[in-house]
Amino acid sequence: MAGKLEGKVAFITGAARGQGRSHAIRLAQEGANIIAVDLCRQIDSVAYPMATPDDLAETVKEVEALDRRIVAREADVRDEAGLKAAFDAGVAELGPVDIVLANAGIAPMALGEEPHQAWQDVIDVNLTGVFNTVETAIPSMIERGQGGAIVLTSSTAGINGIGGASRGGLGYTASKHGVVGLMRSYANTLAPHSIRVNSVHPTGVRTPMVVNEVMQQFLESDPAMGQAMANALPVDMVEPVDISNAILWLVSDDGRYVTGITVPVDAGFTNKK
Amino acid sequence: MAGRVAGKVAFITGAARGQGRSHAIRLAQEGADIIAVDVCADMPGMPYAGATEQDLAETVKEVEALDRRIVAAKADVRDFGAVQAALDDGVAQLGRLDIVSANAGIGSSPCAAEELAEQTWQDMIDVNLTGVWHTAKAAIPHLIAGGRGGSIVLTSSAAGLQAYANIAHYVSAKHGVVGLMRTLALELAPHSIRVNSIHPTQVDTPMIQNEATYRLFRPDLDHPTRADFEPASQAMNVLPIPWVDAVDISNAVLFLASDEARYITGVPLPVDAGAVIK
Repeated sequence: MAGKLEGKVAFITGAARGQGRSHAIRLAQEGANIIAVDLCRQIDSVAYPMATPDDLAETVKEVEALDRRIVAREADVRDEAGLKAAFDAGVAELGPVDIVLANAGIAPMALGEEPHQAWQDVIDVNLTGVFNTVETAIPSMIERGQGGAIVLTSSTAGINGIGGASRGGLGYTASKHGVVGLMRSYANTLAPHSIRVNSVHPTGVRTPMVVNEVMQQFLESDPAMGQAMANALPVDMVEPVDISNAILWLVSDDGRYVTGITVPVDAGFTNKK
Repeated sequence: MAGRVAGKVAFITGAARGQGRSHAIRLAQEGADIIAVDVCADMPGMPYAGATEQDLAETVKEVEALDRRIVAAKADVRDFGAVQAALDDGVAQLGRLDIVSANAGIGSSPCAAEELAEQTWQDMIDVNLTGVWHTAKAAIPHLIAGGRGGSIVLTSSAAGLQAYANIAHYVSAKHGVVGLMRTLALELAPHSIRVNSIHPTQVDTPMIQNEATYRLFRPDLDHPTRADFEPASQAMNVLPIPWVDAVDISNAVLFLASDEARYITGVPLPVDAGAVIK
């Protein structure tokens, strides 16, 4: 049976591990070829270990095991020129892009002495990085005139005032809210080109960004934070594939007339508040 | 390859034609058996012909052609006893209940709010809001008793999230569906029963392809046609299309009903070509 995305090319940021790797695999299972980018380096204000070149290599291996093609590059979503070079390299090899997943993100929450830089870093990666990703992809999508689908990864913190009072936490919530404004504006401005733009809003996802010692300490430090992570459905976290499946619906023809919407995949978290 | 809802049973109201029939067929294509109800009658205040028993028979035929089972009954969602009896009978025959699509609804002639007849208001609330509650009320005991969770999808509208002039009763009923959805999502989460609403823009079905809707959108014309309606309808959307097809709503229902959405609940989901962000 043919996949839902046969012949399509997807550009995915933050693809070395976690949700990004899951999206690459899920879309490849449905027939897409993948352009994968990831920073593969540490950012000083981020207290948990970030992805590595080995992680990105693992994503490559898993996509190739599905008999799909993948072009992977180390690139920083904060660096528009570097991102564009990676994008162009992918397009040169795989052809024009149909799908864009602006997934790369950081959560620089920390206990105690917090790096002053945390606010700026999280805004740079989670908001400006999303902007750079879309800006990198849209000229070729518009020029080609075949429409397309873009999904921006926000968060329940893009809908609710959660994330705490730290510089990083406030920046995380502000950046994820900002993504919604970007999504709605792009949905309006790109609709005449039949390019659809939507956002997904996960609750806690079982990935290295959430399941790490620093984040667990941060959540346990404040009972209100723990409460803020409590879902309505009886699950503590969702899995990366749950976000991938929502994205698959949005980017496939099953969602061909869906644009400008926020899709929580949050086990009822937002509705419970 | 197993279907995305293989082995499940879905209860669908308003299943004789339009979106309801499309949902029945789409879910059956993915392996579900169907319990279908429809009033099969003209409805009060409805400015177009209602579905018929022949329409419901056609839904039965199309589901059976997919080698799925279907139990169909004539029932009015305003009558809780009738909905409950039809559903109970369907569950008795098909053995379980997993998915609920509260889809039955009516449109109306355009009318300023202060000029709406009291009965017109009441009929709209009775079908499009109370009927949805009746559907959920009848289904919830079966879902809980099954102990396997479940998925309830309430059909609202873009008019459940924003205002449209001259259909105050429709807008109110469809907004009410969102409140019901959010409350049910909260109440049923401990049972792993998910509840979401779908918010279509114009769907190419008999509920909008009629002269009353054409007049709502083209008050400037005496006898507007489908062709006159098309650009006015497209003006609602940001995507360059006048309306979506019933199957586009069905694909959203299918997604929400399937395990792909196993952790999505309490969500209003527009399938609206951008009508709400315009």
